[in-house]
Amino acid sequence: MGRYLLRRLLQLVPVFIGTTFLIYWLVWSVPGDPFAGKCGDRRCPDVYVNMMTEKYQLDKPIWVQYATYMKNLFQGDFGTTFNNRAVGDIIATAYPNTLKLAVVALAIEAIIGLGAGVLTGLRRNGFLDNLVLVSTLFLIALPVFVVGFVLQWLFGVQWQIVKPTVSSDMPFTELIVPGFVLGSASMAYVARVARTSIAENRRADYVRTAIAKGLPMRRVVGVHLLRNSLIPVVTLLGTDLGALMGGAIITEGIFGINGIGREALRAIVTKQSSTVVSIVVVLVLVYLLMNLLVDLLYAALDPRIRYE
Amino acid sequence: MRVSKRASGAIAVGAAFALVATGCSSGSGTEEETGNSGDGAIVIDGTEPENPLIPASTTETGGGAIVDWMWTGLVEYPNDGSAPRNAVAESIETKDSKVYTIKIKQNTKFHDGTVVKAKNFVDAWNWGAYGPNGAQNSSFFADIAGFADVNSVDPDGPDGPQKAPEPKAKTMSGLKVIDDWTFEVTLAAPTAVFPTKLGYSTFMPLPDAFFTQSAEAFGKKPIGNGPVRFVSWENNVAIKLTRFDDYALRDKMKIKDVTVKIYQEDTAAYSDLVSNNLDFQQQVPASALAGDKWKTDLGERAVSATIPSTGIIAWPIYDKRFQNPKLRRAVSLAINRQEITDKIFFGNRKPADSWANPLTPGAQPGNCTACQLNVEEAKKLLAEAGGFQGEMVFYYNADASHKEWMEAVAQQVKTNLGINARAEGVPTFAVFRQNINGHKMKGPYRAGWQQDYPDVENWINPLYVTGGSSNDGLYSNPTVDALAKEASGAPSIEASHAKFAEAVKQIDQDVPSMPIYFQLQQSGRSDKIKKLELTNVGELDITSIEL
Repeated sequence: MGRYLLRRLLQLVPVFIGTTFLIYWLVWSVPGDPFAGKCGDRRCPDVYVNMMTEKYQLDKPIWVQYATYMKNLFQGDFGTTFNNRAVGDIIATAYPNTLKLAVVALAIEAIIGLGAGVLTGLRRNGFLDNLVLVSTLFLIALPVFVVGFVLQWLFGVQWQIVKPTVSSDMPFTELIVPGFVLGSASMAYVARVARTSIAENRRADYVRTAIAKGLPMRRVVGVHLLRNSLIPVVTLLGTDLGALMGGAIITEGIFGINGIGREALRAIVTKQSSTVVSIVVVLVLVYLLMNLLVDLLYAALDPRIRYE
Repeated sequence: MRVSKRASGAIAVGAAFALVATGCSSGSGTEEETGNSGDGAIVIDGTEPENPLIPASTTETGGGAIVDWMWTGLVEYPNDGSAPRNAVAESIETKDSKVYTIKIKQNTKFHDGTVVKAKNFVDAWNWGAYGPNGAQNSSFFADIAGFADVNSVDPDGPDGPQKAPEPKAKTMSGLKVIDDWTFEVTLAAPTAVFPTKLGYSTFMPLPDAFFTQSAEAFGKKPIGNGPVRFVSWENNVAIKLTRFDDYALRDKMKIKDVTVKIYQEDTAAYSDLVSNNLDFQQQVPASALAGDKWKTDLGERAVSATIPSTGIIAWPIYDKRFQNPKLRRAVSLAINRQEITDKIFFGNRKPADSWANPLTPGAQPGNCTACQLNVEEAKKLLAEAGGFQGEMVFYYNADASHKEWMEAVAQQVKTNLGINARAEGVPTFAVFRQNINGHKMKGPYRAGWQQDYPDVENWINPLYVTGGSSNDGLYSNPTVDALAKEASGAPSIEASHAKFAEAVKQIDQDVPSMPIYFQLQQSGRSDKIKKLELTNVGELDITSIEL
């Protein structure tokens, strides 16, 4: 177990270097001079362009920029944006917001998705089963921004139950609607995977044995059936946290949340390589660590799985 | 990201002209408060300023509006678009439009309590003009004698490896402090419009505190001299402002606190506006304009305004294929502007029919004969020009909503003239501008112009005079240059306007660009606001608000 963990952690290093360089190179490849469009329909003064180019070393080759960036990164310096904000500050303020939103989305996914999956997996082909199948199909088919705009309009503007946008201190009650929007597609997948998995295991020998032993149904489902059926669901939920954090761009825009998705988009458009890379660095770490956590959870769910 | 070239702003309302004329420092007489305006607070929509808030470095709308609220300049522009009037200036006098003696009102204050003196203007202008400071608006100081000495020419342009040498001088020779309340400005050449420019944000005074710290540090906690004082700036979240109680000029704030909430998407702000969570949005999103949805959503809270901004298609005259004025005129005459504003913009813009926006002082409405639809004439001119070989591509930046109307223009040119025309999007505004700056455009391209200060000069000199700061197509006509020079150096504003009108006649024959539409603005307010006015460029006049 310890050796496995160490190996997994060591694997992070090349992935980390590879992704950051790749991102750096890609941002560099986006055409356009970052200072050409800065002054609107008027050309920026040469002195200004010179000053900025020199300050951000944009006249240097890409590997020099990358090396300088990495050197600074290991000293805890993420660099600065073109309007001189520390990228570290941006990450420190924007990541918790996105994480908060992602956690709410994940909770909604887990509770509603899993709940619906278990219910329908146990009672297949009934009215409830069909309802869940149709509604999940609907959610999967709808793009996130449609769900977002419709819910915002209905709850926020039309009925005025919630505020249409989230206030800056982000209370959890205001995050429920955006969280639902962000998690809606994944929630549908979770429901369907859980349903199939439960339905399959429902007919397994060990479940029949447990029922034959006369165990109460709650225990059969809660302990025996669910534990085995959860493995694919956990895989889905685990990798989803990373996807939710990265994929929050649209939801954050609709609900006016100051999160990492917006920052990343803004930085890509304005060619701020160090900002893009820094945001991605943290994103990559979240992904990798979540994957590791998921792999470790397998053993807890199914003791037959061993790590060597 | 959308970058719009920001306009001038002014904080002006009503006609408290008497107060200005008396130059008083006891401006407490005209306060009338209705309802709960006195300690009222509002939340308005905004975008994150791109740069630290320094007047001479702020070129975009997000920071520009805040700079305009936080500072009051020598002159201010009335909301109705009429001629500028004195604000901090007591008097601006000149005999020859070359040497100006500027007296300022005594004992007006900066937000840190220090008094605004003549040297605060002189120091601020010298800082803004000094090349190595890299102020984005530095070119506005080019009128002043000695501007060339505080800037140096990069021997191989901004892209080359060599650095520009240190400029010859640190300050401009044309600026002289006479006493605490008087300074003298000598211009390099007579410029009649100079006093008008002085309300533009670049010319704002800076307190002594600016020079004791780095510009960046100041720009994060700016100190102005306007009716509104800076409180805090949480990046990408909100900027908080409050009333400056020691403000002694005409336009005092009636309400107390203003929060500029920074939205990433205008649709999010719009939802807040409709449900009264937001008190003002300057421009409702494009999605709300279709079928006049915004009017149904907002009812009487909808606010329409005309603003001095024109949508233009510019010609890259450096390209040989577009050097025949007859061809350019033919294309312009083949465009049905009315149809475009009706069908693509649902009547939310107006077809352009004059070269300078008609809201601008000195501009003459209807003086663009090339803007009228005349297919017969267009065909004749095209034949005289020898036709057009190959493909005519109309370029636009695809990261803003220009696709539809540019495609309509190309289609009209194709149908009406038989030219093989089409529209093509350039992915981002940055790439688009890079090509324009580098004179690499291969076809007519969309542009826009919003005045910096209210005078027809701002619509001619930068755009159509040889070497003008935004003459990106490299249009050059000696007649226009001569007339514009005469106009700029005219002894009076009236004489200047008359000469510019002559220059426009020549421009109208040459068609260096094609005005297409005049911008209208669709704003909205909340139920809370009882009264508001927009400035001459459509920004919220923060001092007019009553709750």
